[in-house]
Amino acid sequence: MMLEARGLDVLLGDYQVLWGARLSVAAGEIVALLGPNGSGKSTLMNTISGLLRPQAGQILFQGRPIAGLPAHRIVGEGLSHVLERRRLFPFLSVRQNVLLGAYSPAARATRDDQLDWVSDLFPVIRQRADQLAHTLSGGEQQMVAIARGLMARPRLLMVDEPFLGLAPRVVDQLTEVIRAINRGGVTVLLIEQNVERALALAHRGYVLESGRTVLEGRSEDLLRSAEVRRVFLGG
Amino acid sequence: MEIVNFAHGEFLMLAMYVAFFAWLLARLDPVVSFPLAALVLAGLGWATYHGIIRWVLGGPMLAQIFATFGLAVFLRSAAQFLWGVDFRVVSAPLLGGRASLGGVFVGLPQLTASVAALGAFVALHLFLARSETGLALQATAQDRQAAALMGIDTERMFALGWAIGAGCVGVAGALLTMFFYVFPDVGAAFALLAYVTVALGGFGNVPATLLAGVIVGLVEALAGLLIAPALKYAVVFLLYLGVVLWRPQGLFGRF
Repeated sequence: MMLEARGLDVLLGDYQVLWGARLSVAAGEIVALLGPNGSGKSTLMNTISGLLRPQAGQILFQGRPIAGLPAHRIVGEGLSHVLERRRLFPFLSVRQNVLLGAYSPAARATRDDQLDWVSDLFPVIRQRADQLAHTLSGGEQQMVAIARGLMARPRLLMVDEPFLGLAPRVVDQLTEVIRAINRGGVTVLLIEQNVERALALAHRGYVLESGRTVLEGRSEDLLRSAEVRRVFLGG
Repeated sequence: MEIVNFAHGEFLMLAMYVAFFAWLLARLDPVVSFPLAALVLAGLGWATYHGIIRWVLGGPMLAQIFATFGLAVFLRSAAQFLWGVDFRVVSAPLLGGRASLGGVFVGLPQLTASVAALGAFVALHLFLARSETGLALQATAQDRQAAALMGIDTERMFALGWAIGAGCVGVAGALLTMFFYVFPDVGAAFALLAYVTVALGGFGNVPATLLAGVIVGLVEALAGLLIAPALKYAVVFLLYLGVVLWRPQGLFGRF
């Protein structure tokens, strides 16, 4: 397993968000993390990338325990996290944003090669190189955010709601790019609200409900599952 | 970086004492000792971050304000206790007298201080805009979580930010002793002007602060000349009030 998380309890302030959540991702997969609003999807991702510390539980990345490590150390292990709502550095240029993606020592050595690769994936990086990030459209910002995440040369790329607020045409375009990134050898874990769209892209899925992992399975099975319908439609 | 240092004036006061004692004990003129003051203050800034700021950053707003406010009161009282309330001066500084700039006479110490301030500004701007560490510092100020996910040690960047801020006030304080007396309360007036200047330009924007500094200086001088010297600060604060009512984020503010 590339990533294996189990028994995760996470508190935000006094409020327990995750109750023994678990998840595993094998090398080469695209895995979707599903669940209603407030079910703990982002909290789980933030815990994996080190922004939050779990109260209990284990996280193994490529066999190494990473739970409790600070976020800036985990990136260097080959795990990139693209936050919800892109979160570019608004007053830095597109180019500066992308270059900061390769800040960790492991990625800095091959920074120029990585820059060429992501600029081919996302032409917007060359077209808007010197523009301040906050002046880009939502779709362009998402592309820069993913490019910035790829600059760290991740083995696993985690993307939180990449399609949020984007036009259908841009969503199709991004879906294709994520497939291409995956074919290029990067494992992908993504959060997405739209169950059908997520499972059309992913090989497997996990469903969170109130902070617990309640379902997992192959995409085609989950799409037909009555349990998935119950969780999302409250049937 | 998410917090305002209300002890900035007291940092200035400490820098002035560093320069004063360097002159008194080692006969080092402020023009020579200002790098020492910058270093001492940078160390103090770094220590303040690790000792106080990092513990209150996640806390309530009031705790953040009173932490540095309390530090200010402590430093001022400590200075009174250790060095007394007397006004001290660096007499006969190396650079005394006046220089003529195209017919306008300017005090040489003041001229030196403004050249040094410009130099510090240019250095800070180049560091922030051009160096890897400067970019990482900007990234941390703009989005701490996203910065951490880039592999940036944001704790170190915060500490560095405090060290740089205090180091700059170290330069300012040391050079100020060439034409201003040193006493425990000296920071208050300067700090208030500094906050007005930074808020006028907009927090988080270094070039805007320079511009705002020039505006404040000109308004102060012109009001003193055209209206009445006693009213010059009133005019500055009136301008500040007008600007923040019209643009609460400052003229070029981002946050």
